[in-house]
Amino acid sequence: MLVIVPAFNEEAAIGEVVRSIHEHVAGAPVLVIDDCSSDGTIPAARGAGADVLPLPHHLGLGGCVQAGYKLAYELGFDYVIRVDGDGQHDARDIPRVFERLKTSGAEMAIGSRFVGENGSRTGVVRSLGIRFFRLVLRPILGKPVHDPTSGFVGLNRRALAVFSRSFPLEYPEIEALVVLQRKRFRFEEVPCKMRPRLAGRSSITAIKSLYYIVHVLLGVFVNVLKYERRWHRGRENPGRGPHSGAGG
Amino acid sequence: MDRLLNVTTVLSVVLLVMVLISVRRAHIRVEYSVSWLLASVVMLVLSRTRPLLDAVTRLTGIPDSPLTLFLLTGSVFLIMFFRFSIIMSHLRDDNIALAQRVAILEYHIHSLRNHEA
Repeated sequence: MLVIVPAFNEEAAIGEVVRSIHEHVAGAPVLVIDDCSSDGTIPAARGAGADVLPLPHHLGLGGCVQAGYKLAYELGFDYVIRVDGDGQHDARDIPRVFERLKTSGAEMAIGSRFVGENGSRTGVVRSLGIRFFRLVLRPILGKPVHDPTSGFVGLNRRALAVFSRSFPLEYPEIEALVVLQRKRFRFEEVPCKMRPRLAGRSSITAIKSLYYIVHVLLGVFVNVLKYERRWHRGRENPGRGPHSGAGG
Repeated sequence: MDRLLNVTTVLSVVLLVMVLISVRRAHIRVEYSVSWLLASVVMLVLSRTRPLLDAVTRLTGIPDSPLTLFLLTGSVFLIMFFRFSIIMSHLRDDNIALAQRVAILEYHIHSLRNHEA
């Protein structure tokens, strides 16, 4: 198993994040993907004992995470756990996410703030956004998802293969669920705690939140259209089902 | 009307000359200059051939010749912007894939060097 940590200007938090992972997931290698930070994120991560994949220029969260997935796939890892670099995810939850991934046979395990009572709190706007996307995703995924915006996820090698080829580049969490659904992959949710950021401020402002909703809705819509097209093709030509295509 | 047509003619010629100079200096690739050349030539021809502009006006049912010129020019530019958005999207995807590949290759090189050391 590999733990990947996408990071952009997280100098103040990344060292503690890496040390915490090493402490609670003994022996697991940690890969920090640095999205061209202008601060000391890279030396802080290396100093804490992580491998670093420095990107040559800023790609945004999706491109950054996908670079980690690509490298993990090339290095032959069977499981990858992604946690954020700002320290919001508790490393003590990683073994439970990993265990569920291994035992359930699902392609993806999501660390969820809203499964069970775990005391996690989110802002009003974010909470409304999450409720909205729960409603949007319910009929598409065929089952409820409690925390669709969670960046705390575990993937097995099948999902890793898909995301290495095709991964949403901006605000990837929600669209990634629809990409998995197109492949008829399964996901499980594991109750996890979310803490306040260790340092820095979130880049999501009110205007960006609005842009986020429109962007993600469009991405979901496009992915559903692709899925429908493949499904219809499968019905017209029963020898080639939705699984047989290679596209992303 | 004549003044509007003259202004359009001047603008078309300026655009045409700018595009040709840019192509000559290799500031713009030939394949991307074609759309601009086409647009400037269309503007030039319509502004200098009044019967053609009137014919297009009658054909499209637009009430006014200047409006026809304006709409045609606007449409041509909208199509070009859309085309460039497609090109930019492809370039961005390629750019991200390349950046990821460079980073991964550098990681492998770094690992090999560490291994040898």
